[in-house]
Amino acid sequence: MVTTLVASAVTRPGVAPVRVGAVVNRNMGALRSGASYWLVLISGFFEPVFYLLSIGIGVGALVGDITLVDGQVLPYATFVAPAMLATSAMNGAMAETTFNFFFKFKYAKTYDAVLSTPVRPIEIALGELVWAMMRGSVYTAVFLGVMVVMKLTTIGWALAAFPATMLVGFAFGAVGMIFTTLMRGWQDFDLMATAQFALFLFSATFAPIQNYPVVFQWIIQLTPLYHAVEMVRDLTTGHPDWGTAVHALYLVVMMAVGLYFTGRRLERMLLK
Amino acid sequence: MTDQSLIRARGLVKRFGDFTAVDGIDLDVARGEAFGFLGPNGAGKSSTMRMIGCVSTPTAGELSILGLDPVKDGTRIRSRLGVCPQLDNLDPDLTVRENLTTYARYFGISRAAAKQRALELLEFVQLADRAESKVEPLSGGMKRRLTIARAMVNEPELVLLDEPTTGLDPQARHLLWERLFRLKQQGVTLVLTTHYMDEAEQLCDRLVVMDAGKIVAEGSPRALIETYSTREVVELRFGESPLEGFRDKLVGIGERTDVLPDRVLLYADDGDAAVNEVHRRELAPSGVLVRRSTLEDVFLHLTGRTLVD
Repeated sequence: MVTTLVASAVTRPGVAPVRVGAVVNRNMGALRSGASYWLVLISGFFEPVFYLLSIGIGVGALVGDITLVDGQVLPYATFVAPAMLATSAMNGAMAETTFNFFFKFKYAKTYDAVLSTPVRPIEIALGELVWAMMRGSVYTAVFLGVMVVMKLTTIGWALAAFPATMLVGFAFGAVGMIFTTLMRGWQDFDLMATAQFALFLFSATFAPIQNYPVVFQWIIQLTPLYHAVEMVRDLTTGHPDWGTAVHALYLVVMMAVGLYFTGRRLERMLLK
Repeated sequence: MTDQSLIRARGLVKRFGDFTAVDGIDLDVARGEAFGFLGPNGAGKSSTMRMIGCVSTPTAGELSILGLDPVKDGTRIRSRLGVCPQLDNLDPDLTVRENLTTYARYFGISRAAAKQRALELLEFVQLADRAESKVEPLSGGMKRRLTIARAMVNEPELVLLDEPTTGLDPQARHLLWERLFRLKQQGVTLVLTTHYMDEAEQLCDRLVVMDAGKIVAEGSPRALIETYSTREVVELRFGESPLEGFRDKLVGIGERTDVLPDRVLLYADDGDAAVNEVHRRELAPSGVLVRRSTLEDVFLHLTGRTLVD
């Protein structure tokens, strides 16, 4: 099912890596020639670090250690840090595939010119997603470095967690793109920001979900950031198990669905 | 002609909801030809161009571009087309040169070849000295030239130009026309839309006049003038208004009269003879101008004088 979706999203129109690369290349060119873009990039890095310092360290001093369902005992900062990492991967990817992507195709008309070339809508989507990942990976790599320095994980587990954060970025980036194709205007972004913030607060980020009523636990287990946080946490704390694989599978499906519908929506919207 | 046709359409239709933009047109454009679409705003020119450019799917009818089916082979067709859209959609985040090199990459052209091609094209459109500038500070004419250079980046066999000189000053237009003429000499097939009659006369070997989604006339500029207008037109001005009363007084002179708010147009094969007749009837015009018929006369005759937006 998943492989079929991925395959049909990617191969159906005959995706050429060269053309996907050309879309990435365009964004690299834009990055090189604009100082303002660097500012946006840098600002994205500080947010999770500030959360880690204020809540992980500050609030952590009041909380002390916490015990997980499987019996692991973790210092609070060690518990919070992977959640900030996963959230940062989500936010980094989504900033590109929602806000920037929307601006490019609604206002800057960046893709109008591209569509006259052999590049297909799905190749534009893939190129933007790869670009979003490159951006998101810079954040997560630096953040993982910070975690190693603060002794919140080891170098080995940080290296293992890095590809997991990329999966998080791909999954959220792909789904973010569907939202972008459905956006009516900027006001819809407020809704999305609220949803993202709710995910950020409740997805086992600051407290294990066992602290919530059972009904809430069920709801949380359906939402994507929960799976991202749990997967990344299993790795940075050095305790991967079968559950980790289930979380990863959830995100792979999410990415496949995202790509499939984005490709279809874009074709319908752009090739009128 | 069919096997030679770069573009072939039969009963081509494009509908948006219940609005019919293109209403069953037939086209044949041969290799090396400069072909024009003429028509008022909303006539269906741009919709037709978008279908030819494989960025819009026909609702009905047959269409083949370069012998291929645009629905199935859109990517292959687009790799051999150059497109200059109505509104410049250059990339404001990139420099002039990068606009060309980045675009070349979309066609799978290697980095080195793209660089070389950009150099040549910037020379061709006289923008070499602005290569490192951003797009924003360029004048309208420069942006247009850059857009045309961008359309040439893949050495296309067929170039589509949607209103290439709209909004440009006379110098910029003439420079552009000259460049387009050179492309034509190199054997590139040009298909353009315009509502400038002088542009159509300058550039097109053959053209169609579209109105309300249909083709209402087809031929070379000269043939269209011969068919739909007279050889000459007399423009008469009178020191009074309204001019409607002159319609009856001019009956029998020339083939047709057109009364405008400020002047009366007399369509006649012999303009001087018509003027003599006007004087003989002692109508005493305050101004007389005899000129050759232009495509504009054809155009206004075929599509009417009502303002379309």
